[in-house]
Amino acid sequence: MISAGDTAWVLISSALVLLMTPGLAFFYGGMVRKKNVLSVLMQCFIIMCVLSIQWVLFGYSLSFAPSEGFWGGLSWFGLKGVGFEPYADYAKDIPHQAFMIFQAMFAIITPALIIGAFAERMKFSAFILFTLLWATFVYDPLCHWVWGVGGWLRNLGALDFAGGTVVHINAGIAALVTALILGKRVNLNKNVPTPHNMPFVVLGTGLLWFGWFGFNAGSALAANGLAVNAFVVTNTAAAAGGLSWALIEWLRNGKPTIFGVCSGAVAGLVAITPAAGFVSVVPAIIIGLLVSIFSFIAVAVIKPKLGYDDSLDAFGVHCVGGIWGALATGLFASKLVNPAGADGLFFGNPKQFIIQALTVLVTIGYTFIVTFVIYKLVDLLIGVRVNQEEELMGLDLTQHHERAYTVLE
Amino acid sequence: MKLIIAIIQPHKLEEVKAELYKAEVNLLTVSEVLGHGRQKGVTEIYRGAKESGNLLRKMRLEIAVNENFVEPTVKAIIKGAKTGETGDGKIFVLDLQECVRIRTEERGSAAIG
Repeated sequence: MISAGDTAWVLISSALVLLMTPGLAFFYGGMVRKKNVLSVLMQCFIIMCVLSIQWVLFGYSLSFAPSEGFWGGLSWFGLKGVGFEPYADYAKDIPHQAFMIFQAMFAIITPALIIGAFAERMKFSAFILFTLLWATFVYDPLCHWVWGVGGWLRNLGALDFAGGTVVHINAGIAALVTALILGKRVNLNKNVPTPHNMPFVVLGTGLLWFGWFGFNAGSALAANGLAVNAFVVTNTAAAAGGLSWALIEWLRNGKPTIFGVCSGAVAGLVAITPAAGFVSVVPAIIIGLLVSIFSFIAVAVIKPKLGYDDSLDAFGVHCVGGIWGALATGLFASKLVNPAGADGLFFGNPKQFIIQALTVLVTIGYTFIVTFVIYKLVDLLIGVRVNQEEELMGLDLTQHHERAYTVLE
Repeated sequence: MKLIIAIIQPHKLEEVKAELYKAEVNLLTVSEVLGHGRQKGVTEIYRGAKESGNLLRKMRLEIAVNENFVEPTVKAIIKGAKTGETGDGKIFVLDLQECVRIRTEERGSAAIG
């Protein structure tokens, strides 16, 4: 039976999640130097174009068609059989295509998150090829394992409410891999790049926070109490994350920054993502407060020490936050919140924590290796990095023949 | 007294600043400008409308110095900005008639440093 209320909520949530990608474009775009801002916006927008098509042609089928195998296969190629009747294994009272388009928005934003790692130095053609291959051979199989009918991690009992593993750890590890093999930006030691437009970062964060209600509360796939729970804990964790990051800066550097509050809010949103449908408000505050400590250490201490150039901290925020969120789900999950979920370690079920940890390890291992192979393949075929002259002049002019700001007129 | 005006590549600014500080030249004004010399301009395309030979981003430094600082300043700018490619920029050295420090109303050489 199709529910009008549930269908309306999932469609609106889909639109909210789509808006996160332009939000991310501004979040990242504000952080780069002004000669590269259009390249980041362009990368985000072309992903919306490329993956929207990939998803309806074969991405959805590879991810969600029922199968016990490596991925879903091509039985739903071109949305064959994916119509307006519900598919009960995913959502029993909304049209199957509503679930499909909701999931499309997740498939779009996940590869967009990786942009933060290789911003300011990747060739545009290589970026498109890399993204298409990565979405097909990393995102789609992993999505199937965790969420698809017959997926082995789903059968194992892994809890990932809205994509902590599939989206954030996945993209975060891919970010680390690309940052490691792509190498540092030119002149990084002499020229510490400062964000060129902080208000853009704030605007992007606002759009992300707003869109995240669709991401997490929409993942209930119904307009019900579970959606409300996800909505409330999402807002709570974002608030705790932003506050916590500001406090850390205040204590450590003497002044809190808006960049810090934005980073912390996003880290909080990342961390609550896998847990949103399984935990209540107090754990959400703990998850948000702690994630900023972990992410802050990753970006302010570990990154400089190890020396990799994850330009905009896709790894430090998304992977570290995602891992914490996935593990925290194994700690704080409670059947009182969601009877269809499971109890976590603190509710007497240590096994759930082990399942969560295993899922994290599998994701890290698979994504690390396959991302590496895809990167090397693209590098061999067309070369991944722009030449030094192009990098110095900026990607806006050299990759797109445009510039964002004029000095004259 | 001389006024030194230098036009350099934007990404060389930090290195030039570091060289100037090493030469104990700590007072400078920087602005972003557009222009080009022998390095040809860039092509931009907006909805198919092509604009060739557009001006490039450059940084303009203005530094007022006393005579004994002219050579160290010029050398420091060269050291920081030179790559050997076209587009490295130019340095102009001009006679400076007067200099006034507004705060103290000092004039001439005493007002420069």
